[in-house]
Amino acid sequence: MLKLEARPQPSRLMALCSPLIALAVTVLLGVGLFMLLGKEPVRGLQMFFWEPIRSAYAWSELGLKATPLILIALGLALCFRSNVWNIGAEGQFIIGALAGGWVAMQADASSSRMIVLAILLAGVLGGMAWAAITAALRARFNANEILVSLMLVYVADLLLNYLVYGPWKDPQGFNFPQSISFLAVTKIPRLFDGSRLHIGVLIAAASVLGLWLFMFRSYAGFALQVGGMAPAAARYAGFSSQRALWTALLISGGLAGLAGALEVAGPLGQLTPYVPAGFGFAAIIVAFVGRLHPVGIVFSGILMSMFYIGGELAQSRLGLPKSITGVFQGLLLFTLLASDTLIHYRLRWVRPAAGQQA
Amino acid sequence: MESIALLIAAAMSAGTLLALAALGLLINERAGVVNLGAEGMMLVAAVAGYATAFHTGSDTLAFAAGMAAGALLAGLFGLLVIWLNTNQYAAGLALSLFGAGFSAFVGLGYTQEKLSPRLSHQIPVLADIPFIGPAFFKHHPLVYGTIALTLGLAWFLYRSRSGLILRAVGESPESAHALGYPVRRLRLAAVMAGGALCGLAGAYVSVIYTPLWVEGMIAGKGWIALALTTFATWRPARVLLGAYLFGFVTMLQFYLQGQGMQIASQFLSMLPYLATITVLVLISSNANFIRANMPASLGKPFFPGS
Repeated sequence: MLKLEARPQPSRLMALCSPLIALAVTVLLGVGLFMLLGKEPVRGLQMFFWEPIRSAYAWSELGLKATPLILIALGLALCFRSNVWNIGAEGQFIIGALAGGWVAMQADASSSRMIVLAILLAGVLGGMAWAAITAALRARFNANEILVSLMLVYVADLLLNYLVYGPWKDPQGFNFPQSISFLAVTKIPRLFDGSRLHIGVLIAAASVLGLWLFMFRSYAGFALQVGGMAPAAARYAGFSSQRALWTALLISGGLAGLAGALEVAGPLGQLTPYVPAGFGFAAIIVAFVGRLHPVGIVFSGILMSMFYIGGELAQSRLGLPKSITGVFQGLLLFTLLASDTLIHYRLRWVRPAAGQQA
Repeated sequence: MESIALLIAAAMSAGTLLALAALGLLINERAGVVNLGAEGMMLVAAVAGYATAFHTGSDTLAFAAGMAAGALLAGLFGLLVIWLNTNQYAAGLALSLFGAGFSAFVGLGYTQEKLSPRLSHQIPVLADIPFIGPAFFKHHPLVYGTIALTLGLAWFLYRSRSGLILRAVGESPESAHALGYPVRRLRLAAVMAGGALCGLAGAYVSVIYTPLWVEGMIAGKGWIALALTTFATWRPARVLLGAYLFGFVTMLQFYLQGQGMQIASQFLSMLPYLATITVLVLISSNANFIRANMPASLGKPFFPGS
């Protein structure tokens, strides 16, 4: 029978291979799913792995979707490395969008382009404030951050609904639940003509570098991760777990809020009940698939946005439900966690010897 | 007066689905495993139950389908965390995310349909008592079944030998292993039993409680159930009481709206989530209270040495 045997050291080879194994298994399961639904598997795989990268325009759309995913996942990676289980990035994203959207709605004919900076700053502060509730309740009352941050997602969602159905509803909007369309002056600058890609992608790139420096080249980042891996050692070294909690949650909340502001002042251009697109939850998968490493997150963020775009294409061209994106994302995380076992254990074929004690 | 009786009845009905899921989670947490996938299991079970009820017309089969779906997903989770030693938090989250996508995917064909509302079952004589009758004696059998389950589970945990073994597996898997109990198999069994109960809760939502299927219809109830096991400090009777209390808070919004409260509905809808946070804060601030009954090896993997 097959038996797991602990490796003396984690395998570096497997650490690199495991995401590839997971992707391969997910693709295989996907092929099976397409066949089950009576769709041609090759056409299906094309939607997910070829269409999103076949042209420069496709690449720009890919970057547009990857930007919020990468920004949020960076913060979550820092949290998870510090053993802070922030699951509420979706809520922090929504509040960031609300705060940024509120600033955008204040624009008038006299506003300068500098208002874009104010919008982004408001997004960051909004996300931080929302994450700070979780941090405060955990720090002061020891309330479980998984449950608190998650409950706050539903609260944020209802708050958005209240605003777009109520006080922020566009009076000229034919009674649709949506805010006014933001003025052109509030739009985040685009990188090229003819594509929707905006400077958010540069901000994401800078954040990747910044977070890499913080995690691996700064004392504070080191202290944070020690606290996550070995709380007793961290206490002995005098690293404050409270400070780690606050730092991780404020950075991740700020990044999620920034992503929210970029979305509303970028591709969306107004507030609607559809602002929350599940990026906050998908980013959890991005963070894990990217091995909680900033560079890995870039790759997994791009992969995950391929799933998003592939899902939309599969909907419009193959008549498949859009939720197939979620199925693939979940499958990928599942198979990744399973194949990660091979980093710490190896499989051994053991012949069950007669009379051997189990 | 009439409306208060209806509020109590609705609170019991809403509490039942929370209690079923929370009792399931209690079983697997007593065995030392935390499953954050409750929300996903309930969603998939809700679709499975709805589809079964829709095609067969049998509620019993629908419940069985929901339980099977929950147990199957929990089994998958169990294999990951018990045999492959995967991080329980990460694997549970994966299950929740997968369940949300998968249920939406499978349930797409059923969003336009609606089951006929299930008639309430009246207990003869008792149901005719004014106020008491409509409040307590006009429920689906599962509401009473959940009360029985709570008592049975309490007896099992504290008065039976198997319950003692289950608790030992959650408290000190090393000792249980040394005594010759198959720790990992027992944990898997507990996780699957928990999944089956979460599945029953999910099917109850889509077949009896609403009865329809909408994407994401569990709306955080799986997470609230998870919080409930903690509030209740892993005691079955407290789980049931807590669930009714939460059912009451959930239903209060409709009652207040009916009374013409001048508050936007969204704020009233926030109540259950805010209540969860509030109770969590109140309970967690007393560390001794939480730790008194917490299984000592909760969330810790167990890998028998060779």
